[in-house]
Amino acid sequence: MRKVLVGVKRVVDYAVRVRVSADKSGVELANTKMSMNPFCEIAVEEAIRLKEKGAAEEVVAVSIGPKQAQETLRSALAMGCDRAIHVQTDIRSDQGLNPLAIAQLLEKVVEKESPDLVIVGKQSIDGDHATTAPMLAELLGWSQATFAARLDVAADGASAEVERETDAGTEVVKLPLPAVISADLRLNTPRYPKLPNIMKAKKKPLEALEAADLGVDLAPTLVVTGVAPPPDRAAGVTVESVDDLVDKLKNEAAVI
Amino acid sequence: CSRVLEGVDACAPYNTDWMRKWEGRARVVAEPASTEEVSAVLKHCDRRRLAVVPQGGKTGLVGGSVPVHDEVVLSTRRLDKIEGLDEDTGVATCGAGVVLADLDAFLRDKGFCAPLDLGAAGTCTVGGNLATNAGGVRFVRYGSLRGATVGVEFVTADGTVVDCAGTPLRKDNTGYALPQLLVGSEGTLGVITKVALAVPAAPSSVGVAWLACDDFGAVRRTLRLARTHLGEVLSAIEFLDLPARDAALRAQPDLSDPVEGGSFRVLVEVAGSDAAHDDEKLNRFLEASAEAGAVLDGVVAASTTKARELWRVREGVSDAMSNAGFVFKYDVSLPPARLYDLVDEARARLAGFELDVAGYGHVGDSNLHLNVCDATGYNAAVHETLEPWVYEAVAAAGGSISAEHGVGQCKPDHLHLNKPAAAIDLMAAIKRTLDPNLILNPYKVLPAAAVGRPRGFPLFCADDERDDE
Repeated sequence: MRKVLVGVKRVVDYAVRVRVSADKSGVELANTKMSMNPFCEIAVEEAIRLKEKGAAEEVVAVSIGPKQAQETLRSALAMGCDRAIHVQTDIRSDQGLNPLAIAQLLEKVVEKESPDLVIVGKQSIDGDHATTAPMLAELLGWSQATFAARLDVAADGASAEVERETDAGTEVVKLPLPAVISADLRLNTPRYPKLPNIMKAKKKPLEALEAADLGVDLAPTLVVTGVAPPPDRAAGVTVESVDDLVDKLKNEAAVI
Repeated sequence: CSRVLEGVDACAPYNTDWMRKWEGRARVVAEPASTEEVSAVLKHCDRRRLAVVPQGGKTGLVGGSVPVHDEVVLSTRRLDKIEGLDEDTGVATCGAGVVLADLDAFLRDKGFCAPLDLGAAGTCTVGGNLATNAGGVRFVRYGSLRGATVGVEFVTADGTVVDCAGTPLRKDNTGYALPQLLVGSEGTLGVITKVALAVPAAPSSVGVAWLACDDFGAVRRTLRLARTHLGEVLSAIEFLDLPARDAALRAQPDLSDPVEGGSFRVLVEVAGSDAAHDDEKLNRFLEASAEAGAVLDGVVAASTTKARELWRVREGVSDAMSNAGFVFKYDVSLPPARLYDLVDEARARLAGFELDVAGYGHVGDSNLHLNVCDATGYNAAVHETLEPWVYEAVAAAGGSISAEHGVGQCKPDHLHLNKPAAAIDLMAAIKRTLDPNLILNPYKVLPAAAVGRPRGFPLFCADDERDDE
């Protein structure tokens, strides 16, 4: 394969305890630690491994978001990507920018870059939609394999075999390239960016484009009307007898 | 006192320290729920000349919080109310029995954090932290707990409640700083019941780098470069030798070392309010360290999850060594140039034995933790080879025999190595003034010869004289 395109998203750091903003319009992002979406990290790692194996010549990282998305792209470059593309938009990436708009923007980038393979994370940990990869594949008319736990690209670069996670276990699918793959947890363990690569990352090319210039309608079709924290966990109750337990399970918890 | 435990079984958990090195024979444990109850317990014990051991989370490493004989244990566990945080002054007030991690969680909810962090945070109490002047991994950033102590409410041996926490404002120069007397006194001058602490704003951005250094000279150069390039955003800098790293990795098989080469690992943490600014500084520091040849290899954690994995290697050393056999732990301060020499000298002295000798610690504070682990168990010959040599060598090099862990029941006889007789005599005079019957934590901190004996020695726990209170 000549080129692999990897999508990465800047999200609230996975370990942060998020808080709802005072006006309940969304999660409080000010002063909150942001990092690369964990599944995007796995996607980047997989793309770099393909290059290290000789299965790909170039890995290009792309991110859609505000100016700070460039930091996320620098992380991807530090992990080993060759080039980065920043699609700039100030629309809130955790709820204002819808997966369809993202898929359409990525479609434009694919048209520009002509990659042989697109790898993205299966879902972002803020929106949790898991729809960008399938929609992108559909827009492009390409094959797709989502929730990938293993990826093997054929020596001739014409097809790939993917073992994907399902609710019942895994299934193995074979698909022709070009294709869209979404990375799941077991695909790999992402590397730490190493010192020499962190230094080199600063000099690697990073191209900035304006989302508004790409001819995609960015207006949301899904609108978040309110965000609330989950209810406080109620204290546990001790029951006096088995009959009491059965009664509560049936009439209060409604699980039997 | 609203909760009192009696008997061998009920008191057993209170009699052994966390490392299971020391075991007392207390038969009575008091768990007061308020300062008034603490006062009542102490008044009673002082009147009857019953020795008392104040006890918090019991995570101390020098046997300071467990009975030596049958002293009454006074647990501060139930003094666990967090009274509040003044977000304008940055002063938090809480009971002495509040667990450090709980205080930190409460503070983080409001955008602040505790001014110290240590491996035992999930168990140790804030009162205990003050009583031992605990150090920890953020000392290099937030300084000594002495600086963070705004006020303390404590009860003296005779039950007098002394409230020096009533003005929770950072500047109050009215009289002698009694709280400072209590800080680091390890429960021998009074029982701390309430604490007012100055707490910093929680940093919104934290970055961690893990570096490989060739030798200890390179570690020192890395530290100097960190101070120069990271300055005010440096929040922790720790070092480990390879035996320490290996012990931590053996005990946590899901972790691995992401760098190769060299004889040391250095963990550098930056924390601040601007991720881009801090990342830029971290990158410049890494570039400078690589160019100077101080660092052979290094990685940066891109997310909090990965940063925690790196910390787990460093924080896992102590438990890993403790669980691998019998461990001699030494916590010393040494001049930076000599900091690791002690480890090499220990290895040379112990060459005839099969032991795991590891050196690691807070290199930014010139504080070494030397651990000597014998997988076969306690060996008196090893003990004699190590002590008193280790303390004497440290003192001869101009270091402290206890950088942060304190004296407890472990080191009173070595105190003279770091403090002149005049100082120890003055300490004893203060002790006799505040606790004339010598009931508070006897056999700890000060050598027996200096403190003397109370009237009516020996101390005893008299069942027949107990009242119902």
